[in-house]
Amino acid sequence: MSIAQQKILLYAVILVLGIGGPLIFPNYTFQISVLWVMILFALTWDILGGQMGYNSLGNIFFFGVGMYTCALVQVGLYTDVSVYTSATGGANLRLTPEEYFIGLGLGAFAGAIVASIFAVIFGWVVFGLRGPYFAIGTLGFTLAAGELVGAWEWVGGGGGIALPVYPGPPDERSLLFNFLCFILAVIAFLTVKWMYAGQFGLAANAIRDDEEKAEAMGIHTLRYKTVGWTIAAFFLGISGAIFGNMVGFIEPLEVAFPTVTFGIFMVVMCLLGGKGTLWGPVVGAALFHIFKEVTWTYMLGWQWVALGALIIILVVFFQQGVMGWLQEKWPSRFGITVDENVVAKKSSEAAQ
Amino acid sequence: MSNLIEVRNVSKSFGGVVANRDISLDVPEGRVTGLIGPNGSGKTTLFNSIVGYHPIDEGSIQFEGQEISDMMVPEIARLGMLRTFQQTRIYSKMDCVKNMLISLPHRTEGYSSMFKPYGAETMEKADRLLEFVGLYSKRHLISGDLSFGQQKLLEFAMALMNEPKVLLLDEPTAGINPTLINGLIDRLRRATTELGITLFVIEHNMPVVMNLADNVYCLANGRLLAHGTPDEVQNDERVINAYLGGHLEMEDH
Repeated sequence: MSIAQQKILLYAVILVLGIGGPLIFPNYTFQISVLWVMILFALTWDILGGQMGYNSLGNIFFFGVGMYTCALVQVGLYTDVSVYTSATGGANLRLTPEEYFIGLGLGAFAGAIVASIFAVIFGWVVFGLRGPYFAIGTLGFTLAAGELVGAWEWVGGGGGIALPVYPGPPDERSLLFNFLCFILAVIAFLTVKWMYAGQFGLAANAIRDDEEKAEAMGIHTLRYKTVGWTIAAFFLGISGAIFGNMVGFIEPLEVAFPTVTFGIFMVVMCLLGGKGTLWGPVVGAALFHIFKEVTWTYMLGWQWVALGALIIILVVFFQQGVMGWLQEKWPSRFGITVDENVVAKKSSEAAQ
Repeated sequence: MSNLIEVRNVSKSFGGVVANRDISLDVPEGRVTGLIGPNGSGKTTLFNSIVGYHPIDEGSIQFEGQEISDMMVPEIARLGMLRTFQQTRIYSKMDCVKNMLISLPHRTEGYSSMFKPYGAETMEKADRLLEFVGLYSKRHLISGDLSFGQQKLLEFAMALMNEPKVLLLDEPTAGINPTLINGLIDRLRRATTELGITLFVIEHNMPVVMNLADNVYCLANGRLLAHGTPDEVQNDERVINAYLGGHLEMEDH
């Protein structure tokens, strides 16, 4: 089978799993939906983290921004937000299907736009920082955002906000959101694939390898970083909007700005799959999701220990990730030419 | 003949150390201008000042009549002034062709060109320039795996890919195998004569400067010591005295 045929087969399998998955395993629909969101997390994190070498710990911020923006649009279109959020329970906004889907569509769009605007503004502030300072800076504003939203009574404060009730049976609802998650992940994948194929991919890698040289060659480094982050924020904003509606009830710390869960998971998934590769985030997200479900089910109480151990093992022994390892093992399959002299030199150095 | 770069009364100090004091010089278009001087005489500092790496304390630097002393590195690079580094810098995890492709000029590009794929013409140009520096057979290798000398040649080819008007070279022959130096000098000359790129070269290797440059400036202790044709400069008493302290290569010639 040629490589082109293998690729078609791979895409076909993903398509069948994406559409057929929840029909074959109806009990796991929610978990499959989360898997697509995880893949999206990893793919968008890798635009900056893997391809450009800017390790953000704050990308989950855009997820929360999209989620809250969407919720406020959905509620605000049909009722008064402050009355709605201050009412106890709150979870009784019943809409006609037409109202519901208009609200969801507009909300998701607004979530994407607002998240993108925040990416431009924050990028302007934090892209002056390098290395660990960038990571800490991005972590800082995400933690701050969770706390600020928690103190903001108009949007429900720490108590959160309930989203409009889905106008239909629960099974239909979970299938719909599963499908939306799948489509969004596919579009995100195709978008980054297209980005990496052109000048953006090379410029990103140039910034990763030597940003000072890239500046000296006249590359618009700030522009590339900002655009990369904004595209990531756009997808994270929509995914937040969809995820919020899928869960049905959102609050700032655990659902919208979950820095220590999703915020860290997106980094771990890229490390596991291989930073700076197209398929690495996808493979990493899938493997990580399985790992997480297994440990959360069978090692309850120890799941965080298992996660910590995984992170340590990855960072110490397996920095290149699955795809990085495959590229080292079979470089020619990935279109990489290796100088035989260099290989011989490296292996003799390793032997000594 | 006009001057591409005009440096006027530039001073730069770091803390209490004066690296450049009241330096004025011209880089004429279409020529090779040399910059020599003992270690620590302020040559690289002057380069860094010109390309915008750090602000200058006093004076003015003009490129094609435009004041550039308050501009940032990438802006100046996009005007068509490029520099190579003393410790060669390339994108070490990418292969040579990709290093070349991303070095296309960024002068006029807008947001839309960020996502453009590369056309056959660009690929051909990258191949041609790799051929020009003698790296064509290694074009698909990861550039970090090349030898130091080859990396230097790649950096030079990347600079040519950018189609600069003037190229500032910081010790282009340092660390290069002596048998390859003649080939490199030949290529530097051809960059000027065939591609019309003005060169401004820091060089320690005296025979190279004498061979290559049309006129030479000599710095010592941060000041401009002498200026003239290579012959004039190398016979200048002050230059010989300045070099006798640490550098004896003058006598080889």
